[in-house]
Amino acid sequence: MITTILIWSILIAQILLVLAMGCAVVRIFRGPRAQDRVVGLDALYVNATMLLLIFGIRTTSTLYFEAALIIALLGFVSTAAIAKFLMRGEVIE
Amino acid sequence: MTRWLPFPLLTATLLAVWLILNESVSPGAVILGGVLSIAAVRMLMPLEPPEGRFRRPLAALTLTLVVLGDIVRSNNAVARIILRPGIRNRTSGFVRIPLDLRAPYGLAALACIITATPGTIWVEYDSAGNTVLLHILDLVDERVWIETIKERYEKRLIEVFE
Amino acid sequence: MTHLAELPSWAALLTALLLLLGAALALIGSFGLLRFGSFYERIHAPTLGSTLGIGFVLIASMLFFSVLQSRPVLHEVLITVLMVVTTPITLMLLARAALYRDRTEGNDDVPPST
Repeated sequence: MITTILIWSILIAQILLVLAMGCAVVRIFRGPRAQDRVVGLDALYVNATMLLLIFGIRTTSTLYFEAALIIALLGFVSTAAIAKFLMRGEVIE
Repeated sequence: MTRWLPFPLLTATLLAVWLILNESVSPGAVILGGVLSIAAVRMLMPLEPPEGRFRRPLAALTLTLVVLGDIVRSNNAVARIILRPGIRNRTSGFVRIPLDLRAPYGLAALACIITATPGTIWVEYDSAGNTVLLHILDLVDERVWIETIKERYEKRLIEVFE
Repeated sequence: MTHLAELPSWAALLTALLLLLGAALALIGSFGLLRFGSFYERIHAPTLGSTLGIGFVLIASMLFFSVLQSRPVLHEVLITVLMVVTTPITLMLLARAALYRDRTEGNDDVPPST
């Protein structure tokens, strides 16, 4: 009984996160300006990290943790680089 | 001490990250992690990070708890704003706040605190006048915000970093 | 799904609750991205997911694996630290970039530089 509740909660949480990623993707496509798209990208990678962590719980494997860590790291670096690019037109000065 | 371990707190943090990532405290992991973190901190030195000081860990702990509480409260507030139907009739705007804090690490901590709290974001720092420009989602009264930030965060940060 | 049943019921319930709360907060935050009208309002929305939202999910994950493997699993602290340090930096950089762009284009609704 309790296990059923847990399984369903995991499923619902995953659906909620996929909807959240959908919202972020809509914002990426709609813009209207470059900075709006980058905010969408930021939300997208945070949601992806959470989704991977929940996949880890669902399959009771800690392997997903590494993937989540890498997505969080790469998301940070890419958003920071794009923000820098928006400001100066160059990534490295 | 200062020549071999320029930033002891940073070195210890890096070592802790290494040990958590390895999930072991065996002598091998400690030695390898220690060597790596000392090397990493020494590689940082050519960038000439500014000198800082860190006092009163107890005040830092209180500040952390205060910030955690504020994050929970403002998450709730911002979630309400998003879900409320009349989303357009609400004023948001920029506020310029004069600061007394000058320590670089204190300013960095203040920037992280303000931005990590939903509803407020740190936009620009002006080092000449020592003022900071914030954007606030639910701006009712400018003075209330200035007072909150100075009383709740800045005073404690001055205690810790200056 | 074989190991999920080995979890004691209190831990299972707590994990389920934390996961639902975290995912709901992330959804509300991303929904805010769509609802707000201007960039400077939108930039407040993702903080919901990246502070408390991911916090709840990380606590759930830590609780789940610690109880399941009967030893403290502290991996997730690393992602927490990473998020705490990086989210403000990205948002601040973005806000500054947007302000800079608005100023160079001469938009009136941003404050002038000092």
